[in-house]
Amino acid sequence: MRGLDLGYFLRRIGMFFLVVFVAASFNFFIPRLAPGNPIGAITSRMANASAGIENGQAMFEAYRKRFGLDEPIYVQYVRYMWNTVRLDFGQSLSAYPADVWEIIRPAVGWSLGLIGVSVLFTFALGVTIGALLAWKGTPGIVKTLLPITMIGGVLPYYLLAMLLLYVFAFTARLLPISGAYDSGIRNELSWPYIGTVARHAVLPALSIILTSVGGWALTMRGLMVNTIGEDYMLLADAKGLQKWRILWWYSVRNAIPPQVTHLAIALGYVVSGAILVEIVYSYPGLGYQLYLSIVNSDYTVIQGITLILAVSVGLCVLIIDLIYPRLDPRVTYVAESSG
Amino acid sequence: MHTATLPGTTPFSALTTLRGALRRVVDFFRENRLFTGGVVLLLALYLFGLIGLQLISPKGADMGAVPLNLSPSAAHPLGTDGLGRDMLAVMVIGIPNTFKIGFLAGAVGVIIGTLIGLFAGYYRGYADTIFSSFADVMLVIPTLAILITVSAYVRVVTVEIMALIVGLLAWPLPARVIRSQTLSLRDRLFVQVAKLSGENDFEIITLQILPNLTAYLAASFVGAVSGGILASVGLEVLGLGPQNVPTIGRTLFYAFKYTALFRGMWWWWAPPVVTLAIIFTGLFQMSISLDKYANPRLKGSTRG
Repeated sequence: MRGLDLGYFLRRIGMFFLVVFVAASFNFFIPRLAPGNPIGAITSRMANASAGIENGQAMFEAYRKRFGLDEPIYVQYVRYMWNTVRLDFGQSLSAYPADVWEIIRPAVGWSLGLIGVSVLFTFALGVTIGALLAWKGTPGIVKTLLPITMIGGVLPYYLLAMLLLYVFAFTARLLPISGAYDSGIRNELSWPYIGTVARHAVLPALSIILTSVGGWALTMRGLMVNTIGEDYMLLADAKGLQKWRILWWYSVRNAIPPQVTHLAIALGYVVSGAILVEIVYSYPGLGYQLYLSIVNSDYTVIQGITLILAVSVGLCVLIIDLIYPRLDPRVTYVAESSG
Repeated sequence: MHTATLPGTTPFSALTTLRGALRRVVDFFRENRLFTGGVVLLLALYLFGLIGLQLISPKGADMGAVPLNLSPSAAHPLGTDGLGRDMLAVMVIGIPNTFKIGFLAGAVGVIIGTLIGLFAGYYRGYADTIFSSFADVMLVIPTLAILITVSAYVRVVTVEIMALIVGLLAWPLPARVIRSQTLSLRDRLFVQVAKLSGENDFEIITLQILPNLTAYLAASFVGAVSGGILASVGLEVLGLGPQNVPTIGRTLFYAFKYTALFRGMWWWWAPPVVTLAIIFTGLFQMSISLDKYANPRLKGSTRG
């Protein structure tokens, strides 16, 4: 591959593993550094739950052993890391003995769908709006109307989510208030099912799209302005190419690559926002599951979700970094000095 | 305020007289209407809380202090919520608290970020590699996820602890901005001259480099405050914020929990929503007008 040397490749992979390592370490140490030893509280709570049973004390010891709390901290750390690598996050505390991963897995799909669709829409919309704002050929009326799309950018995700919920779902009753699909419908791939899933996804997705599209449009406009004075634009004009072709294949094409890097940086914020949006709409993704686990003090599930979130964002950033040199042939990463 | 881009050998001299400094500040506000508008919005809101605190009795914000679920009236201008609290009192006490969290968190984040950025950018080498990689890693990990985990365990009790936790995770972005600027400043002529005239590293960093970073520091601070309020309100909405005092986010949490939205109690959820809209509008105005001075390349990522 052009412009993608082995050193760059390895550095990015290393970066990804560093992200996973740091996130996992946070997960391991935060509970152990917190005052009041929550892990002890968990085991004693579990022991209490079985207090009516004979040999409660023996059971408590058994739990301590089960969670490996009777061993030195570095042994616990190494074992924790090893389990994490195998996606073994232990067992849920509120739905014991269900595996944490079994609880998280269905939520991953919903979040992935919601965030993926929203990000793609935001990206496409932001690029288009920014391009039209910077382009000379845009009709004046469009240019004056477009900045309206940026109003949402001032509000945090969850606020816009609440407002949309109030206006469209509660007052106007146009769209469903919560959940990801109607309760009476069979969970299978059929048109009614796809329809209800889409209807439920509109408002959450819209909350994410409307709050972030303004920022994208602003940066895109700035990047477009840079291309306007370029020689290849003049040449394209002189060749008599159609206006829209110049706009999309000459101006936008050259302005887009930095937007992709921006996407890598913004992804973490989008995910943070999506967590809260899911909670507002009781959308059964990772964010809502996280909220439920907080309410239930289900610490193992909280840890599992936090880690999954960090790993998936890290993975997306890795993918973006790896395809970036292909998007922008002008950039080569050979002998890049620092990250 | 263009000092950040001027490679002059004595960039600090214009500020020697107090009057000169004052005039520059006034000029700055006059030139940047958007910035001034943002500051006015925030000040107005803060004064609302400050003056309100003298006029109302803070007892009204205690649970059960007033009758439940009253719509706005002369006795309770903003109504009462489902927990028997006077909404006006809740807002008057909550607004300064939210400001306090944001500003403390922003300050903590910017101070740590600046120290790391200056150190890494000035000395480079291994320390820089380690700090920069760590900052990059922290930028990738969704901060809210870590904050939720921390808050779920610590069960934050006070406004100050909340601000500290949020601030401790807000340093990577300022650190990166300050580092990259330090990297470019350290090789400028005036730094070389200062070095040749015998200033030590500490003097060069504090007297030569730091004054030239003013615009970046201001922009980073506004960004960090904005991010701090965003994150802390997010946590409070989840019920993970300070438990002992009213905050804007916690008001929203209760409004949610007791379904104010579906009971038509707009006076319960609208005041916090409007307040937050004003706060973020003000901060957004300030940050985009500072972006012009500080980081034309980082536009749009102010939500951090």
